[in-house]
Amino acid sequence: MSSDLVISVRHVGKTFRVATTRHRATTLAELVTQTFRQPFTRRQRETEFDALEDVSFEVRRGEVLGIIGRNGAGKSTLLKILSQITPPTRGEIDLRGRVGSLLEVGTGFHPELTGRENIYLNGAILGMSRREIDREFDSIVAFAETERFLDVPVKRYSSGMYVRLAFSVAAHLRPDILIVDEVLAVGDLAFQRKCLGKMDEVAHRSGATVLFVSHQMAAVHSLCSRALLIEGGRVIEDGAVDGVLARYIALNSSAQASTIELPDGEGEAPARAIAVHVSGLDGKARSTFQLGEPWRARVEFELNRPLPHVIAGFGLQNLDGSPLVTWWSAPRDLSPGRYTADFECDVPLAAAEVTFAVGLTSDEKSIYYAEGVGALSIGEIATGPQPHRASGCGVLFTIERPEIKAA
Amino acid sequence: MDELPAFAANAPVVRIRPPRTWEALDLSGLWRFRDLLFALALRDIKLRYRQTALGVLWVVLQPLLGAGIFAFVFGRVARLDSGDQPYVLFAYAGLLAWNLFNGVVLKASGSLVANASLVAKVFFPRLLLPFSGVLSTLLDFVIALVVGAILLFISGQTPGLSLLAAPFWLVFLLLLATGLGLLCAALAVAYRDVIHVLPVALQFLLYGSPVGYTIAVIPPGLPRLLYKLNPLAALIEGFRVALLGHGEIGVRSSIYACTVAVALFITGLIVFRRMERQFADVI
Repeated sequence: MSSDLVISVRHVGKTFRVATTRHRATTLAELVTQTFRQPFTRRQRETEFDALEDVSFEVRRGEVLGIIGRNGAGKSTLLKILSQITPPTRGEIDLRGRVGSLLEVGTGFHPELTGRENIYLNGAILGMSRREIDREFDSIVAFAETERFLDVPVKRYSSGMYVRLAFSVAAHLRPDILIVDEVLAVGDLAFQRKCLGKMDEVAHRSGATVLFVSHQMAAVHSLCSRALLIEGGRVIEDGAVDGVLARYIALNSSAQASTIELPDGEGEAPARAIAVHVSGLDGKARSTFQLGEPWRARVEFELNRPLPHVIAGFGLQNLDGSPLVTWWSAPRDLSPGRYTADFECDVPLAAAEVTFAVGLTSDEKSIYYAEGVGALSIGEIATGPQPHRASGCGVLFTIERPEIKAA
Repeated sequence: MDELPAFAANAPVVRIRPPRTWEALDLSGLWRFRDLLFALALRDIKLRYRQTALGVLWVVLQPLLGAGIFAFVFGRVARLDSGDQPYVLFAYAGLLAWNLFNGVVLKASGSLVANASLVAKVFFPRLLLPFSGVLSTLLDFVIALVVGAILLFISGQTPGLSLLAAPFWLVFLLLLATGLGLLCAALAVAYRDVIHVLPVALQFLLYGSPVGYTIAVIPPGLPRLLYKLNPLAALIEGFRVALLGHGEIGVRSSIYACTVAVALFITGLIVFRRMERQFADVI
């Protein structure tokens, strides 16, 4: 074994005890006796739930490891164990060097404190010493582009500014091992790119080891050299990023995976998209289609306050994050509640694996955005008589086929 | 898989294991995160007086007004005896000690629940949260103490050598309060009831402690013996006597109170550390 191993995870498992409904107190006396007994007696009905079953892997110094898997697969639990926030139930982990973990952007930010005060507080929370923060201060502020608002309480910040500052503090933490959970789902696209660039820099220039969890396959693809696929609390694939992503897509392409749950948006966001349901025009759920076959994507979203001029957007992207097509719904003023928007996709796409981008806007301002989520395969066999060709990429325009003439 | 080999850079290896029943009371992490302790305490202090018109003046006004009320109720209305010192001064000294105790218990016990998102998402020694509460309450205490010194000076009283004993009483008062705070903080993670019960219990304790009156008021014999079961009785009385230089201190009840304080502190620390690793899952 080579000597540059920084993380060694051996047979780690985590079992949660979930309390199921107890007998409910019906009288005040019963309530009192139950309340007083409760601290001393174990709750009777508990079911056990294995968030992680048996996970083993090793990471070498300087490696950028992507961790992918469906919602509830156990990714976040694994990261929490690696960050020492929660202990494992079984197994052992060795970590070498300082661990910096960013499981949520802006944890510990206090709205009443100014940007400057929050930088120091958040830095300390993430494990930086005061001297380190002093040293990095200017660079944190410059990266976040909030110089002018340093002495304004962050409750007056726009959500974009807030996220930028929060990410910036974390990005300037200089750990030997950086653990990053799905944190890029917030912020605008330009800033997401900037964050990815920063993480790339952290990994490749300073030689830190990075563990990166994301639903955005494009981000995993561009950032990571190796990936783990977690499913049902186990590592089911570990290797080069391309192979693991392909396996993940295959996993998602099963009929069950035609519903793609979307990551949460910002904490305070007035709206969020919940899921994308993909089906054929017959309404049957699936996520593999033939070349040229039309299909339907239903975006399900939720508003928790009334919003004017809401538009739902749905787009397709290549695995490297390059956009292919975008659809927009008609605008509508909406009251709080759940809504769906159906997008019929009759654009002929070349055979490929594509992922989705989902966005919501109100009054032309972005209120939710997620990209690189889910997956859909377009097969190489054409539906009808050959108007479409399997080769080529992106959208295949076939409506007006130009004649080839001699020059 | 083997264990990690030694690095050339010999960075420390952290081993993460399932929690065992008894773990060494390792407090070294507190030192490594000391900057965070001060950052959290500073946040507490800043937040408390931000967007208040009178700001830090409240630290002074609260015990002053409290002492005024006690002087009126116990001194004027109930005509209790405060010895040969002004009742306001007497009550102020008692309130100084009480407010420190009360503040530390409340701050420490609510600290985990109030910072639930931190507990669930960030790793740091959890003890920092209650300890930062202790620290921020201490600052209030110091400010109020300075005001107390000014009051003493104005009233023409000189505390004398007994003042040297004041830090001694303070230490045990802090141990008692912190121990209770740690215990309640750990319990409150699973049972929020603690947060609701505590203010009421403390209200009872305030009137069951010699804050607005002296122990001398309690009839001697069995009632006074029972009264002194409350370790706060000896500690508050001791602190006041040290500050004002008047009154007597019971030796036996003082030894008892100090023992209880140390025992409660150690118990609080052990219980907190034992429950600590489950906080993130339960909170």
